[in-house]
Amino acid sequence: MSGSDDAVLELRAVHRTHGAGPAAVHALRGVSLVVRPGELVAVMGPSGSGKSTLLALAGGLDRPTGGEVRVEGQPLGALDRRGLAQLRRRRIGYIFQQLNLLGSLSALENVALPLELDGTSGRRARALAMAALTEVGLPALGDRFPDQLSGGQQQRVAIARALVGERRLVLADEPTGALDSQTGEAVLHLLRRRIDAGAAGVLVTHEARHAGWADRVVFLRDGVLVDTTAPLGSVEQLLSGSDR
Amino acid sequence: MSIRHGLLALLERGQMYGYQLRAAFEESTGSTWPLNIGQVYTTLSRLERDGLVRPLPESEAGQRPYEITDAGRADLALWFATPISRTDRPRDELAIKLALALTTPGVDVRSVVQAQRSATMRALQELTRLKYGTNRPEDLPWRLVLDSMVFQAEAEVRWLDHCETSLVRHQPSGPAPPAPRPDDADARDAARWTGEEARR
Repeated sequence: MSGSDDAVLELRAVHRTHGAGPAAVHALRGVSLVVRPGELVAVMGPSGSGKSTLLALAGGLDRPTGGEVRVEGQPLGALDRRGLAQLRRRRIGYIFQQLNLLGSLSALENVALPLELDGTSGRRARALAMAALTEVGLPALGDRFPDQLSGGQQQRVAIARALVGERRLVLADEPTGALDSQTGEAVLHLLRRRIDAGAAGVLVTHEARHAGWADRVVFLRDGVLVDTTAPLGSVEQLLSGSDR
Repeated sequence: MSIRHGLLALLERGQMYGYQLRAAFEESTGSTWPLNIGQVYTTLSRLERDGLVRPLPESEAGQRPYEITDAGRADLALWFATPISRTDRPRDELAIKLALALTTPGVDVRSVVQAQRSATMRALQELTRLKYGTNRPEDLPWRLVLDSMVFQAEAEVRWLDHCETSLVRHQPSGPAPPAPRPDDADARDAARWTGEEARR
């Protein structure tokens, strides 16, 4: 795969091996993937196929044993720990099944936290956090604590935290968790809207219905990308059936 | 579902002529089930024959509207009250294809599974994209139809995932059984049965 100037995320022949010798586990074997602005890529595959490893490498939470990961053109391997932490806070949003909201902070404070950790002034961080809470439809619940919110509302707060500020890359691992199907759909709707506004996203899921929100679905098996869905036509083409 | 009950349901809203029925049918199914006008008129004439609709006088423009009868209303109510039986649906070609792929020499079943999964997944993406564009309250009937197709596609992908897991665990017990020879007991039975069938 050739490099791409406008790629938000690029994996180049990435390998991740745990351990060595005969006991080595090859979690990823030569995976290449480019995700551009406005594009949501879903990663599907059976348990143990390497989905979560791929996401951890894409977000700089883990380092590859071979190949290269770039975020907005920046090779993550060239960054020291501090540089990597800064990139993660500023440019990458994570949405996990485990929400990791801090119970002692209000919804607004939870969302503002990554910005404040990054040195943004408290006032500006709160303004940006309020904008993010508004984006996920919770402008009035900023002063509630996590245990005063429903599961769906907590997930929205977690999404607001992932989207706050100028995150260009959103990484989601089974983001709808145990939510009911309507609430889960609302979560994907929010994710899709941010992607359509110019972010890039990777969604790891084993639920086909959730992967359906992606522009492209790639299939992992035993650490190798084995297949990808064909690009979609425009909605007009879909309605007229002319892309078939 | 039969077109028959679809047309009866539309006529329950009020009298309509053929082209109106076709347009209303396609609108309520989001054009997922295109009808040609011939199907509409054939169905209307059968409904008329069975006393479920009755034709009204032609309009000045030469269009003949139809209205639903009491018998038609009863038939429609029964349709809504009766669950659709799974045995009424056509056999699933995909299931048969996979079963045959497993026992046909030289077929890579995992490739068959993956090719289908990729195609079904793409269909699911298309359906989701169509759904994403329907937020108006009046889109609800269409959204329900789309949702039904989304959940069916999802079920198919889940079933394919399940098949793949089964394939990984599957230890082939040697080549598939050969085709029955004429001296097999089963084949003899079949021949006897076929003979009886031929005599009838």
